[in-house]
Amino acid sequence: MANYSKDFLAQLYRTLYTIRVFEAQGVRLYRQGLIRGYFHPYTGQEAIAAGVCAALADRDYVLSTHRGHGHCIARGADLHRMVAELLGRSTGYCRGLGGSMHIADLSKGNLGANGIVGANVPLGVGAALGAKLRGEDRVSVVFTSDGGANNGVFFEALNLAAVWNLPALIVIENNQYAVSTPIHESTRETDLYKRGIGLGVESRRLNGNDVLEVYEHACGAVARCREGRGPVLLEAVTYRHGGHHVNDPGLYMPKDRMEYYRARDPVAIGRDYLADLGGATDEEIRAIEAAVEHELESAVAFAKSSPVLSTDEFLALIEGY
Amino acid sequence: MVAIATEIPTASRVMMYREALNEALREEMRRDPKVFLLGEGIAQRGGSYKVTEGLLEEFGPERVLDTPIAEASFTGAAIGAAMTGMRPVVEILFIDFALLAMDQIVNQAAKYHLMTGGVGRVPLVVRTQGGAGGCLAAQHSQSLEALFYHIPGLKIAMPSTPKDAKGLLKTAIRLDDPVIFIEHKSLYMSKGEVPEGEYLIEFGRGEVKRPGRDATLVAWSAMVSKCMSAAEKLSAAGIEVEVVDPRTLVPLDMERILQSVRKTRCAIVVQEAVRRGGVASDIAATIQHEAFDYLDAPVEIVAGRVTPIPFSLTLEQACVPQEDDIVAAVKRTMGRE
Ligand SMILES: Cc1ncc(C[n+]2csc(CCOP(=O)(O)OP(=O)(O)O)c2C)c(N)n1
Ligand SMILES: [Mg+2]
Repeated sequence: MANYSKDFLAQLYRTLYTIRVFEAQGVRLYRQGLIRGYFHPYTGQEAIAAGVCAALADRDYVLSTHRGHGHCIARGADLHRMVAELLGRSTGYCRGLGGSMHIADLSKGNLGANGIVGANVPLGVGAALGAKLRGEDRVSVVFTSDGGANNGVFFEALNLAAVWNLPALIVIENNQYAVSTPIHESTRETDLYKRGIGLGVESRRLNGNDVLEVYEHACGAVARCREGRGPVLLEAVTYRHGGHHVNDPGLYMPKDRMEYYRARDPVAIGRDYLADLGGATDEEIRAIEAAVEHELESAVAFAKSSPVLSTDEFLALIEGY
Repeated sequence: MVAIATEIPTASRVMMYREALNEALREEMRRDPKVFLLGEGIAQRGGSYKVTEGLLEEFGPERVLDTPIAEASFTGAAIGAAMTGMRPVVEILFIDFALLAMDQIVNQAAKYHLMTGGVGRVPLVVRTQGGAGGCLAAQHSQSLEALFYHIPGLKIAMPSTPKDAKGLLKTAIRLDDPVIFIEHKSLYMSKGEVPEGEYLIEFGRGEVKRPGRDATLVAWSAMVSKCMSAAEKLSAAGIEVEVVDPRTLVPLDMERILQSVRKTRCAIVVQEAVRRGGVASDIAATIQHEAFDYLDAPVEIVAGRVTPIPFSLTLEQACVPQEDDIVAAVKRTMGRE
């Protein structure tokens, strides 16, 4: 394993921990009735967003999913505007008109989460096409899922990216479930990275709970894309720490499998890296966590005190629809 | 957007509809390097209806892209490119195939502006072609504008003449919203005057294609020329109809239509699409609501039969409005049978 600086490992851990507590706080706000609608926690998958986004430059694009808070955070989003969006407030990233499933932060190249599973793959391939046509050195990363990898547009778009040699990195977050359907019930070939091989795409499978493993694969993939040898398909194997969304207890997920993955918790692994490879002390780690918690508290207070977009402002926005 | 010289400036020449479209693409591609084209067989082959002929030679394979037969994903890729500031013009060979890309058009392109709180834009044009004529049977002959008309966030142009085709396509490319640009397969070889030099036609601005005092015919796309020839026949019988072409369905120039109806007191809306759930019903309802006191008779609709288009020529013709159907409808509405 390469040499990692303490600062870098601390930054990775900060991202992992932020996603973890953001989702826990989100669930609390949901239970209090402050967040409504769909809320799909990223809990258990933090290392994928954190590791992939750490390999990107600011100018790169990201296409996110219905389980997208982690991607948004890992791209450096402001928690204030994120919480505000989840609460449907006008200070949110989408002025409260998108919500959890459509959160986007265009200022950070996050072109948005998506409520249609698989549909973001062509969009991300298109973002890569746009960059290539403009002669810009930008990579476009699409986060998709085991469910998304069964949708027709996944194959079509991967094929397009391949035939046009686009700088697109497609990341399948294989958490082994689509809602309650386990992966072996939705496909015979459960090694999802193999789908890329048939299309002539460089394809790899990796442990999605290990942030450094994710980071290293992502660096390789991004470098390949920048050299004009894209696209790349990465399958990151992971597991949800709970049900599909906040109101799904996930009773269909076998206890022993859950225990197996909880024992390989991506946040704990990241913490160990920071302590063992980075030499951070407990106090230093605690200080990172406290800073995150403080920012989140401030974000929640900001969101709660923010107004909802007025009907007049809304009507002005939809003028001409 | 630049200032708009709406109608004919000076000299003009006669061109085919497809040539006018080609000229629009060429001019816009020269003007703005962000404009690029993608679709099936549009590069080397120049498109099935020759609209993109010669553009590969001038702009190269980077800006004129042949795609695999994968409507959903190449339309989606165009949308993704548009999200990053490009101005793609997608060609979907038949509007019937746009159904494969419906999620990308309806759930992605049309909603991006709202979902991002007004920050994100999708300056996309989907050029496609619909309508009957030519015995292409049920899966290549539909008039599906109502599907898109129903979706907030999409703009729709349906030009009936070469002049409108060029001016509207140039505007469509410059708009920051997704535009469904619906051509008609029977119009590609039709000829008309096209102004020399630069001009744009604003969306939401209809045009009176023929003035008249006795009845108003509202029609778009290929139904305009059917109405024009029906108008000739009616004129011979002493009835002077006004033909109003809204040119874009979204935005819709209801004011131009109402102006005409307030004058003629009699309205017939003609659409090629099937009668059920069509744009004509919506226009008729608005006329009835906005100009009720002016009307001498209920608004009439002449529309396609509620059926998939059959193959056989005589039956195909029986399914879409013909000149005589329009003539009869005008006379019926005016009580002049
Ligand atoms: C095209 C489409 N079909 C169905 C749904 C409903 N739905 C939302 S999430 C989901 C499961 C998604 O599973 P997966 O793609 O593996 O993502 P994960 O939830 O595991 O992150 C389904 C079926 C949807 N949003 N989009
Ligand atoms: Mg899944």
